[in-house]
Parts: sequence; structure tokens; C-alpha cells
Amino acid sequence: MASSIRVRATTSGETTEVQALIQHPMDSGFVKDAKGELIPAHFITQLTFEHDGKKVFAADWGGGVSKDPYVKFSFKGAKKGDELKIGWIDNKGATDTTTAKIQ
Amino acid sequence: MKLRSAICLTSAALALAVLTLAGTLPAGATDKIDPVADAKAFQKFFTDKFPKVKFEDFVNGPYSMNEDLHRQWQEKEQFPPYEFSLEMGKEMFSKPFKNGTSYEDCFPNKGIGIRQNYPYFDEKEGKVITLELALNRCREANGEPPFSYVKDEMAALTAYMAFTSRGKPMDIKIPNDPRALEAFQNGKEYFYTRRGQLNFSCATCHVQSPGERIRAEILAPALGIMNAMPIYRSEWSGMGTTSRRFTTCNSQIRAVPLNPQDDEYRNVEYYLSYVSNGLPISGPGARP
Repeated sequence: MASSIRVRATTSGETTEVQALIQHPMDSGFVKDAKGELIPAHFITQLTFEHDGKKVFAADWGGGVSKDPYVKFSFKGAKKGDELKIGWIDNKGATDTTTAKIQ
Repeated sequence: MKLRSAICLTSAALALAVLTLAGTLPAGATDKIDPVADAKAFQKFFTDKFPKVKFEDFVNGPYSMNEDLHRQWQEKEQFPPYEFSLEMGKEMFSKPFKNGTSYEDCFPNKGIGIRQNYPYFDEKEGKVITLELALNRCREANGEPPFSYVKDEMAALTAYMAFTSRGKPMDIKIPNDPRALEAFQNGKEYFYTRRGQLNFSCATCHVQSPGERIRAEILAPALGIMNAMPIYRSEWSGMGTTSRRFTTCNSQIRAVPLNPQDDEYRNVEYYLSYVSNGLPISGPGARP
């Protein structure tokens, strides 16, 4: 199975722009299925992007974030070829991490 | 006596008016089925209505109608939401079934770059065969259970097949067979027939009002609407096939949807694809 995280990071010299798409159901716990039973809550609680051992982006998420979430942000201080480490943890304790090279 | 001749005269005048009207309208008004003229008139209608939109841009649905939306879409296309589905489809497509064959064996050119030829008219069977139908028949012929026509696996497979055909012009053929012409005509009739509690036809939204808002959405033009299938709809937070689009459209106008891949839907897909001949395949698409 391929990674649940897609990342694209490009630098223009000064700032690095990061885009990420994460595959996750992000069930809020309030939605019922076709049989009328509640779909248990299942969502990402923490998402972090690390560059050179330092957090450049961190998010505390809840059930209000949509399915397969998309994130875009930019930060300063990275060079071409640097590595970006991305990871998430969900409320069931599952995690996934990946690394991406800044282009 | 006088009254009768007056009625005679008016009806004659009316008939004459209808005749002249038929002369000016190449499509629909005559009883002869002429797909070539239909497609020409259909495309001309849209290019006249939207002179600023480039012909090949019609496949981008609502994005071709609204500048703001177009900018949002260009940004979204850098990281399209259908990527996961596309990847799943690519994996599934080459993975063999239990009996060792795979989808590749069911299609010409191993299924690559052929989306523009679907749906086609099967002269043996006398019916329209859509890509979704062909995929499920391929599964059944190889002892696999069919997939749901509306989403997930089916959308992933068609997404991959569309992706490998991107940019190729839609190329639907109508063979010299009265049944094919009839299928085309039935599809056209289905498209223009009003139905449901809201009394809408497909054309009410997608011919009469593309570019207009329906609640928060901007309606897509019918021209090129099939070229972008399957689509990721943010509204659905997932992928949907052509079948899903048809059934959902029907329930939205408060009509009772038919079953996916019923003859009527196959015919309307045949009609809509034919009149979009020449426009490039752009699927899988992303729609708001």
C-alpha cells in the first residue's frame, strides 16, 4: 500500500511552499450509515511537518476537518534538496509518516 | 361555413409556420434522424452562446463558465483530489484476476488510450456498450463479481482509463444500423424530456442554463460533459462515475432514478458523447 500522504514542496530561494494531501476517512462520529448506525469517530488529531529537526507546521485537528484533507503553507529557511518529514496520528492511535525532498 | 374556412386558413398558416420553422432548425424539427446535423447544431448552440470560451475548454464544465472558479480549479489541479483513486485504478487494472487474465485482456490496445471510443454500438447485441458496462462484463466473464456502477472501484478503473486517454478527441461512431440510429434518437429524447416533480429535463440545466447558478453551484454545459468522467466531486467527498451522475441528476429533480446502465442511460450517454465528438478527453475531473 502506498503512503497515505502526498507531498509537494518547492522552494523559490527564500520561501518554501508545501502542499500535502492525506488520505483519511476523517469520520466525525456524528454521521450515521445507511443502516442508521453511528459511524465511530475516526480522525487525525495531530499533523506535523518537520524540517531539519524543527517543527515548521503543526496542526491539532478534530472531527470537523473534511475527508482526505489538503494542506498548503509556506515557511522560510529551507534549501533545495532538504528533507521534509511529515507525520500524522489519529484518534485510534494509527500513524503514518513520510519524507519529501524540497524541489 | 365561413367559420370553417377561417379555421382551415389558420391551420394552413400554422402548418406553413411550422414548416418554415423546421427549415431554420436543423436539429430535432425534422423526423429524419441525422446525428451529424444534430452534433453540428448542438456544438454551434454552445459556441454561439459562449463565444469567449475556447472550444476545447468546454470539457472543463463549470470552470469554463466562471473566471473565479477557473482560478481555484487551476490551483486544485496542481494537486488533484482524484489522485488516490487514479493510483488505485492503475494498480487494479494490471492486477490479474483469479484465473490469471486481467482487464488488459478484455480491451483493445490493452485498455490504454481507448476511452474516447466509448460508448460504442454493438451491432451483434443491438445495444450501446458503455465503458462501465464493458468493465463489469470483463469481470463476470472471468468469474469475478461485478462492481457497483456508481463509485469506488468502478470510478477508479474508469479514472485510470480516462487518464491514459487524456487529450484524445472523443470519437464515437454510429454504424450504418437502424438500431444504432434509434439508440441515438432515444438518448436524445431522454435528454430533452421533462420528468420528476420539478419537471426538469437534462437540457433544462445543461443546455438552457449552463453558467447560471443553481443554489451555490454553477451549471456545466452539456457539451463535453462526458469527456471529464469520472469526476471527484467535493460535494460527494469522493469519486463518481457517469452512472452516478445520471442517477443523482434524476433524484435531484425528484424523479425516480433508473438502475445504472439501464438502456435509457446507455442511450443518453451515447447521444451526449456523440454530440461532443472532437472534444478532448479530460477525465478524471474534479468538480466542486
